[in-house]
Amino acid sequence: MRDVRDALMVARDSDEKLIRRPLSPHLQVYRWPLSMTLSIGHRITGVGLGFGTLLLTWWLVAAAISDDAFATAQWFLATPIGLLLLLGWTVALFFHFFAGIRHLAWDAGYGFDKPWYERSGWAVVIATVVATVLLWVVGLAAW
Amino acid sequence: MARAPQIDIMRSPLGRARGLGSARAGALHWWVQRLTSLALVPLTLWFLCATVRLLGATRDDVVSWMAGPLPIVLMIALVIATFHHLQAGLQVVIEDYVDQGWPRIGSILLVKALCVLLALACIVSALRLGL
Repeated sequence: MRDVRDALMVARDSDEKLIRRPLSPHLQVYRWPLSMTLSIGHRITGVGLGFGTLLLTWWLVAAAISDDAFATAQWFLATPIGLLLLLGWTVALFFHFFAGIRHLAWDAGYGFDKPWYERSGWAVVIATVVATVLLWVVGLAAW
Repeated sequence: MARAPQIDIMRSPLGRARGLGSARAGALHWWVQRLTSLALVPLTLWFLCATVRLLGATRDDVVSWMAGPLPIVLMIALVIATFHHLQAGLQVVIEDYVDQGWPRIGSILLVKALCVLLALACIVSALRLGL
């Protein structure tokens, strides 16, 4: 025993032999339900959108500085890498948006029943896909 | 013999009335996250519409767009709500994964400083474009 906390982990089995108590099951023993994906997805997209604000800041600052700086920013966003970043940003934004509304509903006390929990989870996934496709169809048509 | 009145609560009446707890912040952080997310619902929808309209825009297009009374106000509101929400959210993420002590305090302060600076850069740019 190296730690006081280990004392709580030690016990005797039916033969009076000293054993370590088993740990309670952790993430890997559960099947992976949708709610877990959505939960960690909300956090990952939140951090991702944090990086996305760099794109917004660059675009705004470049527009405020000069024609050249703005042309560079606009050119970069139209390159394959820029488009990929924008696509990722759109998906992350819509996911965080819809999952965030789901969180706000929970905060208000709604949507905790199991069927609604599942339904609202899938609604977030579907809404994210539909909104992303819709925005890109409209966007590419307007570009 | 009547027993003397007894106080079972270790917190002072003033502390209870303030309701701020040991972190001295109460539910403020939680509330900030909710309020900013609520504000960001309409602001984000507006921003997406504006972004689609400005696709492939020249700098002159952006200037004349930002010169309108609504875009400049909403853009600054969006920037403030976004970065306020971002620093509150990233703080929670850091508190969950980064070791206590200087690594945690340092990274939280760094993130907050970056958020403030980026927000200021966005606001100054919006003002320069729109005023």
